[in-house]
Amino acid sequence: MSTRRAAILGGNRIPFARANGRYAHASNQDMLTATLDGLAARFNLQGERLGEVAGGAVLKHSRDFNLTREAVLGSSLSARTPAYDVQQACGTGLETAILVANKIALGQIDSGIAGGVDTASDAPIAVNEGLREVLLAANRARSVPARLKALAGVRPNHLLPEIPRNAEPRTGLSMGEHQAITTAEWQVSREEQDELAAASHRNLAAAYDRGFFSDLLTPFLGLARDENLRPDSSTEQLARLKPVFGLSGADPTMTAGNSTPLTDGASAVLLASDEWAAQHRLPVLAHLVDAETGAVDYVHGDRKDDGLLMAPVYALPRLLQRTGLSLQDFDYYEIHEAFAGTVLATLKAWQDPRFCAERLGLDHPLGSIDRSKLNVNGSSLAAGHPFAATGGRILASLAKQLHERGGGRGLISICAAGGQGVVAILEA
Amino acid sequence: MADRYLDLVNSGIGRKLAAQLGLPRPAVLRRYQPTDPLLPGALLLGNAGDGLPGLDDLLSEAGVQLRDTDAGNVRWAGLLFDATTVRTPQDLDAVRAFLSAPLRRLRSSGRVVLLGRAPDGKDPATDATRQALDGLVRSLAKELRAGATANLIQLAGAAGADDLDSTLRFLLSGRSAYVDGQVIRVAARPDSATVPADWQRPLAGKVALVTGAARGIGAAIAETLARDGAQVVLADLPAAGEQLARVANGISGSSLHLDIAAPQAPAQLIEYLQQRHGGLDILVHNAGITRDKLLANMQPEQWQSVLTVNLAAQLRITTALLEAGCLRAGGRAVCLASTSGIAGNRGQTNYAAAKAGVIGMVRSFAPQFAERGAAINAVAPGFIDTDMTRSMPLLTREVARRLSSLQQAGLPVDVAETVAYLAQPGSGGVNGQVLRVCGQNLVGA
Repeated sequence: MSTRRAAILGGNRIPFARANGRYAHASNQDMLTATLDGLAARFNLQGERLGEVAGGAVLKHSRDFNLTREAVLGSSLSARTPAYDVQQACGTGLETAILVANKIALGQIDSGIAGGVDTASDAPIAVNEGLREVLLAANRARSVPARLKALAGVRPNHLLPEIPRNAEPRTGLSMGEHQAITTAEWQVSREEQDELAAASHRNLAAAYDRGFFSDLLTPFLGLARDENLRPDSSTEQLARLKPVFGLSGADPTMTAGNSTPLTDGASAVLLASDEWAAQHRLPVLAHLVDAETGAVDYVHGDRKDDGLLMAPVYALPRLLQRTGLSLQDFDYYEIHEAFAGTVLATLKAWQDPRFCAERLGLDHPLGSIDRSKLNVNGSSLAAGHPFAATGGRILASLAKQLHERGGGRGLISICAAGGQGVVAILEA
Repeated sequence: MADRYLDLVNSGIGRKLAAQLGLPRPAVLRRYQPTDPLLPGALLLGNAGDGLPGLDDLLSEAGVQLRDTDAGNVRWAGLLFDATTVRTPQDLDAVRAFLSAPLRRLRSSGRVVLLGRAPDGKDPATDATRQALDGLVRSLAKELRAGATANLIQLAGAAGADDLDSTLRFLLSGRSAYVDGQVIRVAARPDSATVPADWQRPLAGKVALVTGAARGIGAAIAETLARDGAQVVLADLPAAGEQLARVANGISGSSLHLDIAAPQAPAQLIEYLQQRHGGLDILVHNAGITRDKLLANMQPEQWQSVLTVNLAAQLRITTALLEAGCLRAGGRAVCLASTSGIAGNRGQTNYAAAKAGVIGMVRSFAPQFAERGAAINAVAPGFIDTDMTRSMPLLTREVARRLSSLQQAGLPVDVAETVAYLAQPGSGGVNGQVLRVCGQNLVGA
């Protein structure tokens, strides 16, 4: 069977808002619908039947079982466009693009949209697990007395709701606490982390100023820029913040400034075959060449080498080997800034001879990268990180960067909860 | 925005009250619906001597119920007098004689159209007579009531009935609801200006760009051009993107985030239009800003930003599109000026300078456009109800609304209909002109 390359034609996202900020009353469906509508307007997709729309959210209400399809029905896209939900924690946005791109590559579809959305403000709150069991038992009861008997099992502590937690079910540790272990084990300094955070804000602000986002973004609810962006952020200011994670350790370094805040937002990317793009007179920004998803055993594995957010470290060498590339063969690197420590620990691991030999089975370390090519238009520390929306933000931005450069190759690396990670290569 | 006074005087009790007190009685204007006939009743056609050849055929083909004698009891929807042959002041009495009696039986939102020839400098008596029609029509427009309008068409050069099609349809129909007391000069149409196959969709197959399309007049222009069949690209500032997407999705157009004042805007625009549409047919310069201040208090930025956005950007973009050959043969440019640019307005030296500049620009570009079978014109809105007028103090707004012959503010769609008329293939003989959409505003010219 012959395959073809899937092209990225562009994207759209709404500016990201801090949790309980401008989008406090917007639902996932509101944000994803607005994002699809902005994309439809930009690319004249009104009433156009696309191959599919793949989307998803990490924090999702049970009523949103068909979130993406409902967003399509509410948008100006053709109601005859099928859709499905994907959920792979923070990898969702990139994974949806891989799924759509693979179908395009196989010739099963000619066009599609990949996206993601998340709200930390409009989070689902469920009834207490104890209460839920009582209610289900009452529902199963066949007589009134039996029903009353079941309901008599309600206890005062059942009134406490079940609130989604940013914690790993198997370790009970939050993502920040997991990263704090990795940050300490890989000896990532406070200064390095603050420098990376300041650069993220500086780069994102500069990108806004030169109009880089004018065709990547559509304002929503009156917000025209990412709410978390601090254009005047400096390492001096960041150095004054108190650590918030890893406080039980000897020298905690992770602060609210070098960690991403909880964020609301949505993004979408338009993918198609080259033929579809030509028929619609839309320029191809880049191609999604290949991708790899990996996972680590952070539950039972090594404290240093199997950190929760280190899966991309393992996925990348497999991808490089398959494509015959080296880590240095890229013009841009987009490493998702879940925490500054994640990016820096990832880079240290790829340079570490012991780790590369023992854990990756490589004769030589992957080596270092030219840091001036890293997250050149800012990343999650400045923009914020609505979990499932980050992949789409990065994909569209990187595709445009490569197109503006007149060609080249870019690498995307995104870590995800559950010890997972997705890496992908774009070429223009 | 609701005009509550207009609603009141069109209700039973309000009508009586306003009549007894001698208050202004603005009418509900007849506005265009694609399925409506051109006129809701019969049109009386008269002429001074030989009529313009082909004129009655043209009107019949357009579906007009044509009559050449006043039966004395008909309520006319329109009166059209062909004065193309008048040569001496005495000839003008034919106009008076034709109009005088049937005027009393003109329906609400009726149309009076005079057809003359443009003065050409060959004979003083002929030119004086032709020019006299101008004063006649402007005064008559002020006398008409109940939403009726009077306008003059001047045929220039060798122009004949064939060149009048789109202009006559515009003036007789509800498209020209708020165009009153105006003179439109029509020259012979360039070859490329063909009659549309379907008058319900005269812009079918055309690609249009509207700047400032997210709201108000710009959004109405985009919607009207789309209704008439054009594929519309809607441009506005990135910050207006949410509104812009809504308007674009409503008409299956494309949204383009663009700051027209940015140095790279013309190049970006050309690249976009060539890539996505292979060129452009209709360019509508609508984007504009106001920074009102008395000149004595005006800051340099307030002056500069208004001149840059409202004038310099239009100049740069138009020049670049022409030079790049991006505007296709038979192309149309319509530039939004303002009655402020004609009559002046206190606190608007910057705005009026820019808008007068637009008029100068249009006149100067006209020959270059004509060479390409294209045309460029300006539309000068008067008092139009938009977000901008919504923020005015109530009393000021109420007074301003009554200060025109039609005694009401126009709607964004009135400006849009005028733009759409000028954009039509058949309007190629109208070039380098300024058409006011002001209900014959009493202030200024």
